[in-house]
Amino acid sequence: MDVSSCDVLVVGGGAAGLRAAIAIAEANLNLRVAVISKVYPMRSHTVSAEGGAAAVIKPNDSLDEHAYDTISGGDWLCDQDAVEAFVNEAPVEMLRLEHWGCPWSRQPDGRVAVRSFGGMKVERTWFAADKTGFHMLHSLFQTTLKYEAIQRYDECFVTKLLVEKGRCQGVVAIEVATGKILAITAKAVILATGGCGKVFPFTTNGAIKTGDGMALAYRAGAPLKDMEFVQYHPTGLPLTGILITEATRSEGGWLLNKDGYRYLQDYDLGKPQPKPVLRSMELGPRDRLSQAFVKEQAKGRTLEGPYGHYVHLDIRHLGEKLIDKKLPFVRALCRKYVNLDPVKEMIPVRPVVHYMMGGIHTDIYGATPLPGLYAAGEAACVSINGANRLGSNSLTECLVFGARAGQAAAAFAAEQKETNPAISAQARDEQRRLEESFLRKTDGKERIAPLREEMHKNMEACAGIYRTGAELKRAAQVLRGLQDRFHDLQLDDRSYTFNTELTAALELSFMLDVAEGIVASAFARQESRGSHQRTDHPQRDDDKFLAHSLAYRSPEGPPRIEHLPVTITRWPPGQRVYGK
Amino acid sequence: MSSDVHYTLHHPKWYRRRVSVWWWLQKRSYAQFVLRELTSVFVAFFAVVSLWQLHALGEGPEAYAHFMARLKSPLFLALHGVTFLFVLFHSITWFNLAPTAIVVRLRGKRVPDFVIAGMNYLVWLVASAAVAWLLLRG
Amino acid sequence: MAETITLSVARYRPEEEAEPTVQTYEVPYRKDWVVLDALNYIKDQLDGSLSFRWSCRMGVCGSCGMTVNGEPKLTCAVFLSDYLPGPIRVEPLQYFPIVRDLVVDISDFLEKLQKVKPWIILKEEKPLSEGEYRQTPDQLDTYKQFSMCINCMLCYAACPIYGLEPGFVGPAAIALAQRYNLDSRDMGAQERLDILSQKGGIWDCTFVGECTKVCPENVDPAGAIQQYKLAGAAHWFKSLLLPWGAK
Ligand SMILES: Cc1cc2nc3c(=O)[nH]c(=O)nc-3n(C[C@H](O)[C@H](O)[C@H](O)COP(=O)(O)OP(=O)(O)OC[C@H]3O[C@@H](n4cnc5c(N)ncnc54)[C@H](O)[C@@H]3O)c2cc1C
Ligand code: SF4
Ligand code: FES
Repeated sequence: MDVSSCDVLVVGGGAAGLRAAIAIAEANLNLRVAVISKVYPMRSHTVSAEGGAAAVIKPNDSLDEHAYDTISGGDWLCDQDAVEAFVNEAPVEMLRLEHWGCPWSRQPDGRVAVRSFGGMKVERTWFAADKTGFHMLHSLFQTTLKYEAIQRYDECFVTKLLVEKGRCQGVVAIEVATGKILAITAKAVILATGGCGKVFPFTTNGAIKTGDGMALAYRAGAPLKDMEFVQYHPTGLPLTGILITEATRSEGGWLLNKDGYRYLQDYDLGKPQPKPVLRSMELGPRDRLSQAFVKEQAKGRTLEGPYGHYVHLDIRHLGEKLIDKKLPFVRALCRKYVNLDPVKEMIPVRPVVHYMMGGIHTDIYGATPLPGLYAAGEAACVSINGANRLGSNSLTECLVFGARAGQAAAAFAAEQKETNPAISAQARDEQRRLEESFLRKTDGKERIAPLREEMHKNMEACAGIYRTGAELKRAAQVLRGLQDRFHDLQLDDRSYTFNTELTAALELSFMLDVAEGIVASAFARQESRGSHQRTDHPQRDDDKFLAHSLAYRSPEGPPRIEHLPVTITRWPPGQRVYGK
Repeated sequence: MSSDVHYTLHHPKWYRRRVSVWWWLQKRSYAQFVLRELTSVFVAFFAVVSLWQLHALGEGPEAYAHFMARLKSPLFLALHGVTFLFVLFHSITWFNLAPTAIVVRLRGKRVPDFVIAGMNYLVWLVASAAVAWLLLRG
Repeated sequence: MAETITLSVARYRPEEEAEPTVQTYEVPYRKDWVVLDALNYIKDQLDGSLSFRWSCRMGVCGSCGMTVNGEPKLTCAVFLSDYLPGPIRVEPLQYFPIVRDLVVDISDFLEKLQKVKPWIILKEEKPLSEGEYRQTPDQLDTYKQFSMCINCMLCYAACPIYGLEPGFVGPAAIALAQRYNLDSRDMGAQERLDILSQKGGIWDCTFVGECTKVCPENVDPAGAIQQYKLAGAAHWFKSLLLPWGAK
């Protein structure tokens, strides 16, 4: 076992983690910062974000408009103080990234260009063609190389948070390449581990998005907030779940059912116009578009293929020139993975699990209720996304709240004395656990893949776009059963060197915890709001549920759910109106 | 190479393959590359011959006649034939590569590769024609 | 059509064996499966001990580079159907040390990347309150291509010079240096040229050109290196002829 220490440890090398690390290095030159990530930072799933990142910069826009779009898009479940901080700081954060070299797409006069995005009343989404996340991540990563204070633990997998005397004081991790156990002590820890789309079978998320940080925090006693809100993106490719960015629709793409009819007009999203109209039709919010798909399918008006039902996304009328200029990646993806050219053919699409609105409960400085523990990015729930995130808000969120969490953690760390040496005993226990339950266990009967498949089936069937109390109850039981069976897991791989079966097992156990959080929170929320639609409670219920769900781990058994009122500042709850 | 290294817990025992002496036979393009590197020998040979020619010219008509006679030997003729082929190969691959090194932008747009390569070929052709005209006119 | 297809996969288990071996697996043949899907099938259904890296499965994270039938490829971007009727040989990327099975060590690249200073270098940054640096679409276009590198390492695995001379900075790192040189916001070209003119830098490259051919993102690292050499040579001439005006 190796023991090392730093002042602030950032877990995660995606947009949120890297932004936090730079913020710490700039806030306090005396602090030793480290970034630990289970994959090389530039592999983080931020890399796959396509469409863009929102921030007010143009004269025809205003912070209030951005706030209102965000809050109404989130079906009034957003904390409005958080949203105000977010929209205020978004432009500066985006400019900072411009100064750090991000290749934003430009207007002819050299200023940053913006495009429209679903649920937004004004164009405010900055973009780097349709590889925005890729460019943001690489610009951030390359910029971190400049800071000598930032140390990296690449390909080190965090398995546990070290909590001593009610304070988070570091982590235990496996150095994947060698199997060595690392105990890293820190005065403050920031979790920026991203989302957990892999809890579901059909997702735009990469293999690494397994909710590790959420489960780590949850196991350490911090609650998970609003976990029932799972965003389905309306346009993913069947089979692979590869995302076809919303930018296709903001540039003017249409969603057509099997009769070639723009079916969204039947779902209170406005009427078709020759030019795209903001906050209307294809530019409605994601939850409503995904729900419309399910209803359309029920009416038998979708198409059916080998990988389930789908509709068509038609961008042919945009023309080859525009597609090549603004959506080249979409064209490349379609050619590669569905063997068609969107310049000439329509793209088959269906809703796909995309993003977690919920996450580790934090305040607007990224602090969790556990002292010394902070969270940012998709792993956290501040919350600015409420019941439905608006596309292009989350990359910006990673920057704004990554920086905030970094600053807050730096300030906290500066006040702490040395960390507790008793910590290494805990680390040794964790090492023993890994050996006994995985590497040296010989009497198990379960394998990873079947358990994971069952979890997937269960989540898709019971916690998808539409849910009922009875199904959620059943899902909770199935998950309990899977938790038990997990204890009987047997690995093929006993090696210490780059054992990806071990990490897959740990990820599965993280996902089971997170899945329980999702199901229990969804069961407790007896209303329909944003992305959470209960057919047995079809109305929004502000009297009872204008509140966040908090899921606490309880020793053996399903999570305990509490509710916390939403912070309302200037925008009293209203109806979500689109297409008007 | 790594067989003498033993695995010890938590220490990487990487396997490093040694690059074989025959690496350049693995792929056509590698072989082509090595061939192009080889052409430099012939380019050098031709340069030496040319220097020798100049030297002979300076020594007077007799030495020059002697030099010309030597050139007509079958060995030299064969060598020149081979050299010609290699130099041709060298020039063509070189011109084809030129556009990657020379990026010309006209009114903000990158001039397409074939134009740049084409310009090179054009200059080459014109120069060759000029030389041929000089030599053959008399 | 074949029901199954054979994959011969290179294995290396440092705890047990002195050098790599080959193991063959029979996997279902599906028209729309990429090679990575077949590897995942093996891991899930046949042999949990096979190790390889992957994440995005959409050709953008750069994790899944391997040697497929002798060529460096992103395994999430090549289909089983590209290699009918099989067998398909899957090996780790060439020239890198093998850590385990299909996993190679790329930490060398990360060190080299840092060495070429791939970030915007300014004498003085303008305050954020003054807004963005103006950059026209044409100016963006000059470096855009080199900014598309996903660090997948296929170009290193194709570069015999890197194989023979591990000190060589290599194609992707030089392309990224050039990406910043060409960025209208940057002022660090000279600093980077000084670094890259040293041993292991641009002059190690003898223009095999394979890096550009295998690059899945059309980055053209070979072009970057040649442009760099041209700039290096021009700079050298200038400093020779006009010692006072070179900088
Ligand atoms: C296909 C796709 C397209 C998207 N498009 C957009 C868009 O256009 N606009 C927008 O705003 N948002 C978009 N999003 C959402 C947005 O990209 C993500 O929410 C955001 O990138 C998350 O960043 P992050 O830093 O929180 O996490 P990630 O980028 O996921 O990074 C997580 C990090 O945590 C590390 N980590 C995780 N677990 C562990 C562990 N156990 N030990 C050590 N390290 C660990 C990982 O290695 C990784 O470095 C998109 C998402 C997807 C999937
Ligand atoms: S230059 Fe191309 S091949 Fe090389 S690492 Fe970058 S993307 Fe991969
Ligand atoms: S898995 Fe990301 S590039 Fe292949």
